[in-house]
Amino acid sequence: MGGHLNANHLLFLGHGALWTIGLSLIALIGGGIVGFVIALARISPLRSVRLLSAAYVQLVQGTPLLVILFLGYFGLAAIGLKMSPLAAASASLTLYVAAYLGEIWRGSIQSVPKPQWEAAEGLALSRTQRMMKVILPQAIRIATPPTVGFMVQIIKNTSLASVVGFVELMRSGQIVNNSLFEPFIVYAIIAAVYFAMCYPLSLFSQKLERRMGRGSANFSLA
Amino acid sequence: MQQPASSTPIVSLRDVQKSFGSLKVLDGVSFTVERGEVLAVIGRSGSGKSTALRCIDRFEKVDGGEITVCGRRVDLPDVDLRALRQDVGIVFQSYNLFPHLTIEQNITLAPCSVKRMCLSEAKALAHKVLAQVGLEEKIHAYPEQLSGGQQQRAAIARSLAMQPKVMLFDEVTSALDPELTGEVLKVIEQLAADGMTMMMVTHEMGFAKGIADRIVFMHRGKVHETGPASILTSPTTLELAQFVGTGNLKS
Repeated sequence: MGGHLNANHLLFLGHGALWTIGLSLIALIGGGIVGFVIALARISPLRSVRLLSAAYVQLVQGTPLLVILFLGYFGLAAIGLKMSPLAAASASLTLYVAAYLGEIWRGSIQSVPKPQWEAAEGLALSRTQRMMKVILPQAIRIATPPTVGFMVQIIKNTSLASVVGFVELMRSGQIVNNSLFEPFIVYAIIAAVYFAMCYPLSLFSQKLERRMGRGSANFSLA
Repeated sequence: MQQPASSTPIVSLRDVQKSFGSLKVLDGVSFTVERGEVLAVIGRSGSGKSTALRCIDRFEKVDGGEITVCGRRVDLPDVDLRALRQDVGIVFQSYNLFPHLTIEQNITLAPCSVKRMCLSEAKALAHKVLAQVGLEEKIHAYPEQLSGGQQQRAAIARSLAMQPKVMLFDEVTSALDPELTGEVLKVIEQLAADGMTMMMVTHEMGFAKGIADRIVFMHRGKVHETGPASILTSPTTLELAQFVGTGNLKS
């Protein structure tokens, strides 16, 4: 085929980029909801719940995302559960993100000083009230910089969804390249677009971390 | 120890045992706190005095013995912890105010969520207890904007807002310099004058002598000597004499 990069190609790439953002948001929201449950389960007073959630985290963190995607799309289809590329990618990313966000948030909850729990307990607050009114508001402040930082990983990892045929930025780049045979130019553009999405988030995360660094003095005692 | 037969103690410990691993922290501790009484618990670091206090509010589970608080058996596994902690106010060495809330919100949180008090009523209560500790002007400040002494007074006010039947003070001035210690002790003195039942673990010997109705001296996980404040000036055991440093005990 050959030919030159034209506006239609760029439009196609732009469309792919939008799906990269869409898939990232799905992964963040889905993974955020499941991850929140995981975080709470990891610090549950029930031993069995703690063990189960820890096993989930270890299992997912010890498995390449690519394998999870293959399992979700090809593996489940082979046993009769056929999913669209979007559904398979969304489900796989949600499971994957949940394991990491769950751990980040568990750490944030646990880094709220223990005396805060005791003070809340001493005031007769129930466990739910202690969590909702005392611990989580403080944990969210601690969790925000690493969570924003992890969003960079989510955006980059959505590129793996290209292998199950989901047309996001990476896949749209492959398709354009298949017609143009200009891999350097095409993939340089793809790289630049990913960078343009991730770099601001990285900067934002660093800025939050610096602000937290100052704010964390608030947690130490006079 | 003379006590009116009519009233039962607010807090009573009988032969309480507690170990952390192989370390025996409480080895048969018994004492009582009567209604309206101020009990000061003194002793070296590691003597078990803070652990004893924490057992009363069930922050530590005991291994043996009986603890009764306001008629409730705290050592039993089925104790209603929320009811217990409404009866018992506790103030810690490190204040532990909630940093994300204003002083007012720190104080209204428990009355609103635990006692289902409406917000306007809780705010009025916050004003009242802050006046008691002399901090009304800080009502809208955040904890980080307060000095250590002010934070500790705010923490006392927060406890008072739950209208506890007994207050536990766990070395509440140990993190403060002498000047700030004074302002916190003044608040506690006022509470004592108002008739609040209190148990305090303290290193402030002068204060304990001035305010306490009774002193419990703990040594190696046991109540080694107990009596009126005068035991600080004329101890009968060598250990207490050494601890208060009077050295006036003939060996």
